[in-house]
Amino acid sequence: MREVELLVIGGGPAGLSAAAEAAGMGASVLLVDSGPRLGGQLIKQTHKFFGSRDEFAGTRGFKIADVLLDELKGLSDRVEAMIDTTVVGYYREDGTVSLSRSEDEYFLVKPKRIVVAAGAQERLIPFPGNDLPGVYGAGAVQTLMNVYGVVPGKKVLMIGAGNIGIIVAYQLIQAGIEVAGVVEAMPRVGGYWVHAAKIRRLGVPIHLMHSIKRACGDKVVEGADVMELDERFNPTGREFHVECDTICLAVGLTPTVELLWQAGCKMKYVPQLCGYVPVRDCNLRTTNHSVWVAGDSSGIEEASSAMVEGRLAGYGAALSLGYGERPDRYLSFIKRLENLRAGEVCDKIRSGIACVLCEGGEQ
Amino acid sequence: MDDRNDALLYNSGVLTGPRDGVCKAEEGQWKAKRGGYVVIECPQRIPCNPCHTSCPTGAVLPFADINDVPKVDFSKCTGCCRCVARCPGLACFVVDLAWKEGWAMMKLPYEQLPRPQKGMAVDCLDRIGRKVYRSVIEQVLEPFKDRTFVVSVPVPADLKDDVRAVKVVAHDAE
Repeated sequence: MREVELLVIGGGPAGLSAAAEAAGMGASVLLVDSGPRLGGQLIKQTHKFFGSRDEFAGTRGFKIADVLLDELKGLSDRVEAMIDTTVVGYYREDGTVSLSRSEDEYFLVKPKRIVVAAGAQERLIPFPGNDLPGVYGAGAVQTLMNVYGVVPGKKVLMIGAGNIGIIVAYQLIQAGIEVAGVVEAMPRVGGYWVHAAKIRRLGVPIHLMHSIKRACGDKVVEGADVMELDERFNPTGREFHVECDTICLAVGLTPTVELLWQAGCKMKYVPQLCGYVPVRDCNLRTTNHSVWVAGDSSGIEEASSAMVEGRLAGYGAALSLGYGERPDRYLSFIKRLENLRAGEVCDKIRSGIACVLCEGGEQ
Repeated sequence: MDDRNDALLYNSGVLTGPRDGVCKAEEGQWKAKRGGYVVIECPQRIPCNPCHTSCPTGAVLPFADINDVPKVDFSKCTGCCRCVARCPGLACFVVDLAWKEGWAMMKLPYEQLPRPQKGMAVDCLDRIGRKVYRSVIEQVLEPFKDRTFVVSVPVPADLKDDVRAVKVVAHDAE
């Protein structure tokens, strides 16, 4: 059986950063991703990122993926990347993992350390007609448009005004698609105000305190009924009809954590982090001391913080393998995460992390 | 009820009045300034600072905390539009009131198709997308060569606080 020093599971912003940091310190890394190319969600992000220069603020997401992949190219003697490869099991007896590649190859790897950066899954909400062709998750719409250059329809109703809903609405307009409106149950947009302002000035209404009641149509989506909600999210009885051929759901994500369960990590349900997440120390080491976590698998947050978390996890894993300390870098990661999370928009994130932080790791 | 509607309007991304993070020059100074001054509309504390880091003159002041809303020292602003092109929120604009008496030259970020060109007719849109004026593109810049264009469009000076986007008029609608 093949032995590797560090297995990084997931080739998105967190995984790429973890692999780069650990390899930069000298560790040999196997990086696996279930998708057809590395970059994770970054490759669909055509908008410019927030944050500071360290997180490539003002640069479009897919360009950031290129920057990280270039860094890995420079470390290719120590990083092997496998795409189309899914980690399907973790054996607690000896820490072996099983992988399946391209559906016909199955093999085992025994890593000394693991960083789980498996990302997240989209949530969907139930409503009559949500199985009609034309109802999409926002991730699918983004993949179709920005990776494959295919538009999902001609007129879209977006459900959810978090950053994903608003940004995908903006990208739909860029692709020449009409956005009939954005529907949001809360009394304010969940995404950044400036993202909302961008689509408002292009004429897209954002219906706060509203929800979708049903998708209309016989064989495909032909419209949607939208209902007003009161402060307690009960329908007020007022509703209106929207004509559209596509309904796009951007109603949140939940961390992908199956492997962490299998690895025996202590897990906790934390609503602020959008699901079950592993208990970890301040360096993202889980209660299984061979396993670190980073990015959305540790709790739903932004790609900018996922990249710093990846660095931190990769650093910690390499350090525990005996590779030399780079204390200045370590402290800069801690500081950057602190800065990114300092504002009111991260109140939830900070309180969520406080729920799952365990002792240990202080340096 | 009006207060509630006003709050809901703001909460949906529409500026409804002055706030921290909304930066505008004083009118007298503004009218006299050739090349114009920046207007920033970024009222929510979020972790972001490219307006400051892209500013070559230090007019967008340093952020003590990256979550701070921007502040501008207008005595240093040259109206160069680098923040307009760099801001990921498209929340920076440059408005030149000295261009021509009674007019405002709006320099707005643009990331839509068709690719903008001098001479194209555009509808000037307010903060909720209403067409408030029909104008013609005077100049197009792409400061960072990253497909965020800065389009210069003249509008009557009294529309300077309203116009925040443009949409190129389709040929068949002209």
